[in-house]
Amino acid sequence: MKQLDIKENRGLAAWVRRRPGVQAAGLLLPGLIAFGLFFVIPLLIVVGVSFTAKKAGTVDWTHWTLNNYVSLVTNFAGDFDPLYLNIFLRSLWFALLTTVICLLVGYPLAYFIARRGEKWRAALILLIMIPFWTNFLVRTYALQLIFRKEGLLNSLLLDGHIIKQPLDMMFTPGLVLFGLVYGYLPFMVLPLYASIEKFDFSLLEAAQDLGAGTFRTLRKVLLPLTMPGVVAGSILVFIPVVGSYVTSDLLGAQSSGTLMVGNTIENQFLKSQNWPLGSAMSLVLMAVVLLAIIIYFRVARGDKKGAAL
Amino acid sequence: MSAINYNDKPGQMNAAIVAKEQVAGHAQAGSGAQAISRPPARLALPAWLGNLLLKSNALVVFLVLYLPVVILIVFSFNAARSGVNWTGFSLDWYNKLLHDGNIGSAAIKTLIVAGFATAISTIIGTMTALALERHKFVGKVVFEGVMYLPIIIPEIVMGLSLLLFFRAVGVDLSLVTVIIAHVVFCIPFVAVIVRARLADFDRRLEEAAMDLGADELATFRKVTLPLLMPAIIGGAVMAFTLSIDDVIVTQFTAGVGSTTLPLYIYSQVRVGITPVINALSTIMLVASIGLVLTSLFLQRDPAGKKVK
Repeated sequence: MKQLDIKENRGLAAWVRRRPGVQAAGLLLPGLIAFGLFFVIPLLIVVGVSFTAKKAGTVDWTHWTLNNYVSLVTNFAGDFDPLYLNIFLRSLWFALLTTVICLLVGYPLAYFIARRGEKWRAALILLIMIPFWTNFLVRTYALQLIFRKEGLLNSLLLDGHIIKQPLDMMFTPGLVLFGLVYGYLPFMVLPLYASIEKFDFSLLEAAQDLGAGTFRTLRKVLLPLTMPGVVAGSILVFIPVVGSYVTSDLLGAQSSGTLMVGNTIENQFLKSQNWPLGSAMSLVLMAVVLLAIIIYFRVARGDKKGAAL
Repeated sequence: MSAINYNDKPGQMNAAIVAKEQVAGHAQAGSGAQAISRPPARLALPAWLGNLLLKSNALVVFLVLYLPVVILIVFSFNAARSGVNWTGFSLDWYNKLLHDGNIGSAAIKTLIVAGFATAISTIIGTMTALALERHKFVGKVVFEGVMYLPIIIPEIVMGLSLLLFFRAVGVDLSLVTVIIAHVVFCIPFVAVIVRARLADFDRRLEEAAMDLGADELATFRKVTLPLLMPAIIGGAVMAFTLSIDDVIVTQFTAGVGSTTLPLYIYSQVRVGITPVINALSTIMLVASIGLVLTSLFLQRDPAGKKVK
């Protein structure tokens, strides 16, 4: 009896083995359903909604319009109004600055860690991983404790008689930018480290033996060979930052100088209930991000080619 | 500094040659025909200065990363109700935390969501990785592109698209919709991690098992799965962390009664600062440190232990 069972099993296994198509389909099906149903169709709905007329808190599928896209650059009277355009540009600018600062700080740090001895390396990379895994909200909230008006920094400066009036650091673009760098730096350092750690450091000596200066060695040898880490880190920082709204909300409180496109979209959905406008904004945001990534890949690959020649 | 040993590293030697050519080529291109007789101009940073810069950069970064967190932890033990003056050690906030029903239920909901989301996305992600790495099928490139899209597009777009979807099909927002959303955004991360491991998987091990009489199922269970385990666990830990930390997608897909811990914290810190949140944050910090250490421990390569 038992043997029969096993034979049956083997039969089924053999049947599946002869049909790689069946295996592939079986493995693929759950992912296909999950993504088709809960990712592709929802995105198509967003596209649809972005062309409907505003109706608070619901979707009016009977009235189609291009107004949502038009109103991204005009005001009620139909004149050019850069309000949303400025918010978009600010988000891109913040994301770009955050990425560049994270790269400038993170690259030397990753290099420093990669050149330590094995024990130090493990300890330091753990110190980078802990904030990476720690709740982003908690970390941003910790900054609030320090930088708000009644916060630690102000009270220390006041006690030390360095300032007479508490500084207004909250709600400034500078603090939001600092919060973004603080929040996303680990996302930059980890891929950079993974890339630099694989690098053969004797190449640096080879380059210098051949007469290259420090900076030329870094630019012509180290940087091109660790480019995958630079690309991965930049994308891991840029994308979440450009669509982020938690940092600018907690540290900027949506003041006019810190409002990002994420805040605006969130407001359309969760406050003013203008879903069509929010949908149009989010599609433009998605398009901008994809475009930025394509351009970035082109440039990064171009750099690599240029260096290899 | 250290002696360069090229003898046992032919690959590195080739790379070194390429590097030499790059540098030499550049020097020649820069200074024309005379370059052969003239040493190229070099700008060398003294080693001690370079080291000093690297060290101070690292020191500042680690200070900036950890100082706020340390301050948060210290103030969670502060007796003062508000402000930053130290008025004495106290466990009051932790006590309040334990007796706060809202936080307790939010924590339980967070764990329910994370548990389901991790289990489902790890299974689907692993299956998808196997399909992508080991099979050819029509539309593979398109499927890959779509599947990695959740990593690339801003989270907020995913959140609102699911909100509109659930409204369109008339599904009420609840913990289930949150779980569905988390599963979808976790799958790509699991798939990427498992696929990376599959890419350098030695398939001869599977062939050997089959030659020795194991069928597909036994081979998968006894050979493939154990070898993939570190990556699967890594993916699961990633999914778990993404899920318990998520604010953005959850905010769009959570119904009235489905406030998770991050949503609760977000609603609280938006209004102002309460020491209870300090205590809660401290506990979450300790939990994440524990999670990192556990995942590192679990992800150690089992290959060394398995061979008897």
